[in-house]
Amino acid sequence: MEKAHFYHALKVVEKVCIGCTHCMNVCPTSAIRVKNGIADINKNACVDCGECLNACPVNAIIVEQDDFSQIFHFKQRVALLPTVLLGQFPDDISEKQIYSVILDLGFTHVYEVDETVDVLTEATKTYMKKNHQDRPFISSFCPAIVRLIQVKFPALVEHIIHLKPVIDISALFYREKLRNEGFLDDEIGIFYVTPCAAKIAAVKSPVGEDNSFIDGVINMDFIYNKVLLSIKQNKTVGIKYEIDKHMSRRSIGWTLTNGEASQYSGRCLAIDEIHNVIEVLEKLENEEIRDIDFLELRACDHSCAGGVLTTENRFLAIERLRKRGDWYHRNKPIILEEKEIEEYRPYLLENISIKSIEPRSILSLDTDMMEAMKKMEKINRILKVLPGIDCGACGAPRCQALAEDVVQGKAKMTQCVFLQKMLTKEGLITPQESFDISENTWGIKRFEKKNINDH
Amino acid sequence: MEFTFFIEGGNFSKAGTASSEVKKILKQLNVDAKIIKRTVVSLYEAEVNVVAHAFEGNMIVEIFPDKIVVRIEDKGPGIPDIDKAMEKGFSTATPKVREMGFGAGMGLPNIKKNSDQMNISSTVNVGTQLEIVNYLK
Repeated sequence: MEKAHFYHALKVVEKVCIGCTHCMNVCPTSAIRVKNGIADINKNACVDCGECLNACPVNAIIVEQDDFSQIFHFKQRVALLPTVLLGQFPDDISEKQIYSVILDLGFTHVYEVDETVDVLTEATKTYMKKNHQDRPFISSFCPAIVRLIQVKFPALVEHIIHLKPVIDISALFYREKLRNEGFLDDEIGIFYVTPCAAKIAAVKSPVGEDNSFIDGVINMDFIYNKVLLSIKQNKTVGIKYEIDKHMSRRSIGWTLTNGEASQYSGRCLAIDEIHNVIEVLEKLENEEIRDIDFLELRACDHSCAGGVLTTENRFLAIERLRKRGDWYHRNKPIILEEKEIEEYRPYLLENISIKSIEPRSILSLDTDMMEAMKKMEKINRILKVLPGIDCGACGAPRCQALAEDVVQGKAKMTQCVFLQKMLTKEGLITPQESFDISENTWGIKRFEKKNINDH
Repeated sequence: MEFTFFIEGGNFSKAGTASSEVKKILKQLNVDAKIIKRTVVSLYEAEVNVVAHAFEGNMIVEIFPDKIVVRIEDKGPGIPDIDKAMEKGFSTATPKVREMGFGAGMGLPNIKKNSDQMNISSTVNVGTQLEIVNYLK
């Protein structure tokens, strides 16, 4: 069963938040309101896409991460790296250097997440053949998209491929491998270095799984800083890491746009950036687009290279990853890992399915349809008196959102500054009352003149 | 509850707007996802029919506790032979319309498939009235 409360990695740092409207206006699920001068995220609606973080002018929205020292609770400490990590560093820093520093930080093993991509592509092909009536298939790759479909497109939930994303398959593989080497389950800690907030949320409250296969999450920008600092200060002694694996071009390209869609036959589309995805899902829901076999949908612009925890410009990162893929393709270094994955292939394929993905619509006004109809009528009446300019001065992103909030008892009509002016003019509320209402939304003392010398 | 949406003939870039609006309303009313899907698919077909063949039309949506009744009324050439139009694959669409991905001749049969009741009447050179009923329970 999925938990009733959904973990979110995106947090508003109240001290830093200046209560502007940037995040509120870009949120694709209208999950944000401004209350008492601070952005407030509705946990049921948030899909952890990170649009708010990108839009915040003062870095008040952060991605909460686990304490790094937790890795030392385990004897075996596995770092699972996203392929995009290597794309973050300048060309003169080698794979070996990066891996070595990560080992230096305290990990006993360093692996890349996308090494098990071949297992997933095989399983996906079988899955699509077996469940062909569920076409078009939607990849389960991006956790923000899975959540988006759950909350906004509940009718499409059954189209999501019920197979584990590659991160879980890799975690399963390395855990099983270490278990076979004689380590106990609670001695093995698997840590994912994440380029985005959605992956953290997926680890903390997994969809379609009882428990996550990952023990903890480390933000990619944290690792990036550690690695760069260590290399710049020449702290890493010797090269510990021997590269003994072959990352195929397919594995390296997997998290980039078209990494998945290019692997399957039929009509396959790759769509990145959450608003683009929403546009396509709308059409899909109306059956305006048909005859699609596979949809690769990712929340970030340019997929994981555009994740909120990346540091490098996404275009430069992609170019580096492509170069790396080409290098492996030409030189084909010794393949050790790949052979090992082969041994575990039957085990991984056996454990690759996920359970049902529940729809949890945020759109319905009431579970009772009659109540919902009454509420809708009220909303339409309220909308007639609201100005319809979506200024956001009430603390809601659009007039429609304010009207809905009012009907749901979450806001008051008088939060609208236009109505306040009218009511004041007609003597129905005093200027002081009007002022108090606005202070409720924008915070105490928010309207006082700022001292020019303050920064 | 009643809603009316205007449909502009010949403007394919706007085709689907009315059905999407209806979809939004039904989602807010907590209508079962499968019923929403059926309804919206049939409305989209009907909307495209108006865009492709008529000068203009209206989509009038009435929502009752137990059913959704939608009337799509257009001013246009009408359908001379409704039985023929109901045949799968039959289409009067011009090559230009087909190139745009519309007019595969699935319209009316697909609407029938996705609705619990479908009534259609048409007068040549006047217009067509289509009524779609989907039950909520």
